[in-house]
Amino acid sequence: MNVQDVKIGILSVLASVAPELEAELLVPDRPLRRQVDLDSMDWLNFLVGLHQTFGVDIPEADYARLVTLDDIERYLFARLDRPQS
Amino acid sequence: MIEFRLPSLGADMDEGTLLEWKVQPGDILSKGQIVAIVDTSKAAVDIESWHEGEVARLLVQPGQLMPVGTVMALLLEPGETAADAERYQPDARLPASADAASAGPMQSGPVMAERRAVSPVARRRAGELGIDLQGVSGSGPNGVVTLQDVERAAGAAAPKDRPDGMRHAIAAAMSRSKREIPHYYLAEPIPMARALDWLAQENAARPVTERLLPAVLLLKAVALALRRYPEFNGTFIDGSFHPASRVNPGVAISLRQGGLIAPALFDADRRHLPELMRDLSDLVKRVRAGSLRSSELSESTITVTQLGDQGVESVFGVIYPPQVALVGFGRVTERPWVEGGKIVVRSVLTASLAADHRVSDGHRGGLFLAALRDLMQQPEALDAAPSGETK
Amino acid sequence: MSRRISYREALREGLREALLNDPRVLLMGEDVGRYGGTYAVSKGLLDEFGPDRIRDTPLSELAFVGAGIGAALGGLRPVVEVMTVNFSLLALDPIVNTAALYHHMSGGQFSVPLVIRMATGAGRQVAAQHSHSFEGWYAHIPGITILAPATVRDARYMLAPALSDPDPVLIFEHAALYNMEAELGDEEPVDIRSARLMRDGSDVALITYGGSLYKTLAAAEQLAMRGISAAVLDLRVLRPLDTGAIVALTRQCRRVVVVDEGWRSGSLAAEVMARIVEHAFYELDAPPARVCSEEVPVPYARHLEEAVLPQPEKIIAAVEALLGVSS
Repeated sequence: MNVQDVKIGILSVLASVAPELEAELLVPDRPLRRQVDLDSMDWLNFLVGLHQTFGVDIPEADYARLVTLDDIERYLFARLDRPQS
Repeated sequence: MIEFRLPSLGADMDEGTLLEWKVQPGDILSKGQIVAIVDTSKAAVDIESWHEGEVARLLVQPGQLMPVGTVMALLLEPGETAADAERYQPDARLPASADAASAGPMQSGPVMAERRAVSPVARRRAGELGIDLQGVSGSGPNGVVTLQDVERAAGAAAPKDRPDGMRHAIAAAMSRSKREIPHYYLAEPIPMARALDWLAQENAARPVTERLLPAVLLLKAVALALRRYPEFNGTFIDGSFHPASRVNPGVAISLRQGGLIAPALFDADRRHLPELMRDLSDLVKRVRAGSLRSSELSESTITVTQLGDQGVESVFGVIYPPQVALVGFGRVTERPWVEGGKIVVRSVLTASLAADHRVSDGHRGGLFLAALRDLMQQPEALDAAPSGETK
Repeated sequence: MSRRISYREALREGLREALLNDPRVLLMGEDVGRYGGTYAVSKGLLDEFGPDRIRDTPLSELAFVGAGIGAALGGLRPVVEVMTVNFSLLALDPIVNTAALYHHMSGGQFSVPLVIRMATGAGRQVAAQHSHSFEGWYAHIPGITILAPATVRDARYMLAPALSDPDPVLIFEHAALYNMEAELGDEEPVDIRSARLMRDGSDVALITYGGSLYKTLAAAEQLAMRGISAAVLDLRVLRPLDTGAIVALTRQCRRVVVVDEGWRSGSLAAEVMARIVEHAFYELDAPPARVCSEEVPVPYARHLEEAVLPQPEKIIAAVEALLGVSS
């Protein structure tokens, strides 16, 4: 799975939580929850979706590191790489 | 003969469009079984049966718009046969319990099988649009169906109008609330450190699919506090308060395309937190998907709204009639807090109560909020097994 | 050039123009000459045109309406003034049995190019015998044309087409309108076949004529302030009725209120409603309604007289009942 696949996976999970979203308008290095109106339930569903898509468990303690789309992408990519290397 | 009528699923509903029958003649209905799916201004709602009996006749067609109280189907009582149902003439009048707004235009007196009053141009237009006039409620003098009614019904048949319909429904319910209910408002800061710490610990041990949100703790605390202060849990109908026997908080859930719905979380006071979390999560998903059950829309006993999260510091809500109270939660913020003579930084959330002064007074409201605050200081107790005590 | 003149002056100008343009035209009636007309319409005309053309008559409607018919048959173009509509009852036989029938009974050999003018209507405290609105009766009679000028423009210009009509034309001037003033342009010929839309609207059509026009326009104005858009149609010609205009406005508004100062039963309003139902039934969103005078002799006392006649409040109430709204 390359970076592009991760990006597409994240956006498709996001779209399932916020169907009205226009993905091309998202700025990847700005806080995601300011750009997409996600409440705590949406956020949790988003994380559950990521878990189901990527098989990565995201502890609550890590939430603070997942602010922008770039953050999430890096976070997931790092965790995906580990078992492969 | 049992008349199965379209129920009112809240103060803001006066009509609905049948989307689909879930039963057919010959089916034996049990209580709680889903009979039909009806499109309201809020959602496509699964209408549950509160009768038992054999389905004899279905009287409305999918696509038909019905005022609340319309006889949708006939069910056989023990000893009756399908032939009885064939002969049976449903009373076209709406039951006395139907919402006055929808009962108003209908004629009183004997109207068995009487021809609806429809203006000539309305009848012609209905023919052109293929609208069944039986399902169109009349807004003209003495309930006459006018051209505008037909065109509105034609518009309602197109489901894309839902946001407009919902805005209209919310406007009607909230106007009624502010017109009829003398609100009073109270607010109390709730220290959240213990609850959040406990939650962090709890969630660390849980996979992401089973994590709890602070909202669940708050809902449980509200439900438990309501047991002690039942005057905030119930409905005000026909000049008197009716305390509810169950604690079913309606959870205000905003829709991404605008508008909101507050379906009930049943028996929140008697659920374990994980169970409550599953129900809440399921409810949010179904609200957003536009698929709810009729009991969820009609049986909530109080409303809880949380504009917290990303939102504002405090919220003072408008009571959803005929309920008598609404609890609002704002965002968790870090605030200077005085503790043991020192100023410290604490996570605090503002809880508010909007309550109906016809039913309760500010003193009791204050005690309720204090109880809520105290319950939130013992998060582990909130998850305690439901006590044997029942109402 | 536009100028402001009264309904009375407009009638006088129309008469004067006719007298100047056609030597066959003469005016006859009670007090039309030396007194200048009971409503001062013909003031000054005797001096200008002389007693051969401005003729005071004896107090006998039967005689001078009959004389008018004879003059018309003899090739003149008489304008006969009957003081008020109640006095025309004394001339019903010459009007209905002679003037209206001669064309038919002569097999088309004779026409009666006669114009009869008279004052009609209530509202001036002249009591039961001088407050009738019988124009609806006359509109029942085939063979004559019935005009109800409600505007200064129609008062000024309806006489010319009436005089050029080969058959009898009756002009009903509402007595409450004589003092009304309005701006009038120079050349505004009018026809005597069509109704005129006085105010456009979409929610309800108000159909009226004569003295009720201004009450109806006032009602429409107040309805507009309540968010109800009312169109107002001035019938102008009561026979033959402009059915096309009535149907078109009905189709536009879907609801109709007819305002008619005549008594309700067998009124002109009844005929208008019948045509609506005959020709526009499937356009209707509510039954046609009407505001007429109460079916009693018109009282003398002002407050009672006002209570009997159509008024803007009654028109508004009728419209609100049709729309199912209350004020």
